[in-house]
Amino acid sequence: MSLAGHFSYWVTIFLMVAGLFILISRGNLIKKLVGLGIFQTSVYLLYIAPGKLIGGTAPILADNFTVYSNPLPHVLILTAIVVGVATLALGLALTVRIRETYGSIEEDEILAADLVDDAPAAEEKR
Amino acid sequence: MRNDLVLRVIAKLLIPFILLFALYVQFHGELGPGGGFQAGVIAAAAIVLHVLIFGLDATRRIVPERLVETMLAAGVLIYAGVGVAGLLLGGNFLDYFVLSGDRVYGQLRGIFWVEVGVAVTVSGVMLKIFYMFAARGHDDGEDA
Amino acid sequence: MMVATVVILARSRNLFAVVVLGGIYSFLMATVLVALDAVDVAMTEAAVGAGVSTVLLLGALHLCKAEEAKPAHRPWLPLAVAVGTGAVLVYGTLGLPAFSDPEAPIHTHVAPRYLNEALKETSVPNVVTAVLASYRGYDTLGETTVVFTAGAGVIALLRRRKKKDKADAEKAAS
Repeated sequence: MSLAGHFSYWVTIFLMVAGLFILISRGNLIKKLVGLGIFQTSVYLLYIAPGKLIGGTAPILADNFTVYSNPLPHVLILTAIVVGVATLALGLALTVRIRETYGSIEEDEILAADLVDDAPAAEEKR
Repeated sequence: MRNDLVLRVIAKLLIPFILLFALYVQFHGELGPGGGFQAGVIAAAAIVLHVLIFGLDATRRIVPERLVETMLAAGVLIYAGVGVAGLLLGGNFLDYFVLSGDRVYGQLRGIFWVEVGVAVTVSGVMLKIFYMFAARGHDDGEDA
Repeated sequence: MMVATVVILARSRNLFAVVVLGGIYSFLMATVLVALDAVDVAMTEAAVGAGVSTVLLLGALHLCKAEEAKPAHRPWLPLAVAVGTGAVLVYGTLGLPAFSDPEAPIHTHVAPRYLNEALKETSVPNVVTAVLASYRGYDTLGETTVVFTAGAGVIALLRRRKKKDKADAEKAAS
């Protein structure tokens, strides 16, 4: 229950909270995606940090080492990063489409445009 | 930017080495850090660099979109094909032990082909996505 | 340093600066991951986070405008929600095992088996690769399919308009 023992968790939580804050406080869609990315990296840390053993090395087996860090979280996060960038690309593609249809990537302006003229927007979409 | 001599020469020097490094990461992935995901991304990054320096049209001539789209599907098919090969040879789906007479060698072979499949898909997807974004800006009349 | 980058990132309204800071942030994250012995992950993070996603974000910025509008309302409510969430999470960590505790549950279940048997069963010294491609082959097949699907989704989203443009151009030409 020492201070140093939980420091890694607190860094993770700070990053997660910062990502969450950007995500919910900003209206710009690209900024939201960047916030989501920060949230994601905090999850990487959440997985990787507990797998580390002080005095251990990377999990590549060799004769002169006996202590290795846990390989399982590495595997999970490795795939998560690549999937993360794929979903980021999908989000950006959606943003670009929204920008072309509404002429804006601000959430408030999009909602306002939806409320004011639903019919012309739908027409434009076609 | 596209006519900058320094950029063009440096890019020409760098791109082969980036591709070579991608291959090293791919095939050395069993011994050191690396593997299909990283290799695919690095290879895609080399092509992206080519697009940034020489322009989209020049790159499309070297790496046509058809090839990239084929890579997209081919990678998943290679991966699933390894699984089906295991089935056909009498094992379970994605069971590598039956791929070769020797159990350990079968594992090696299975891992190798699976990594190839992953690398092909990942680099195909990254490139395709980049092409789509780049083509969008291109067609709007603005030149990056 | 990472914390400072994130704070500037949250405050900055110029999206170009945000994207570049995002790249810096990814490299810092990769460094942290190397320190945590996750070399495979660090390599991926450096290539993907700092390389590809920065390029993609810049590509998207090129298509949208690069300045964020001033937020309409004060950010106190989101800040309160975020800080509240953080406080609950910090309270939650008090029950978790300390950093680098060899007796933590994460180190006592399947990990030792992977570390002890992987070399014998697959003759691949990099355990991450062995687990990725062999023990958890189904997972990785799923991930590959997800990546493929995302690529297909981007194609579906961004392609149709291009064809319409071409048709429009042809109409205009004729």
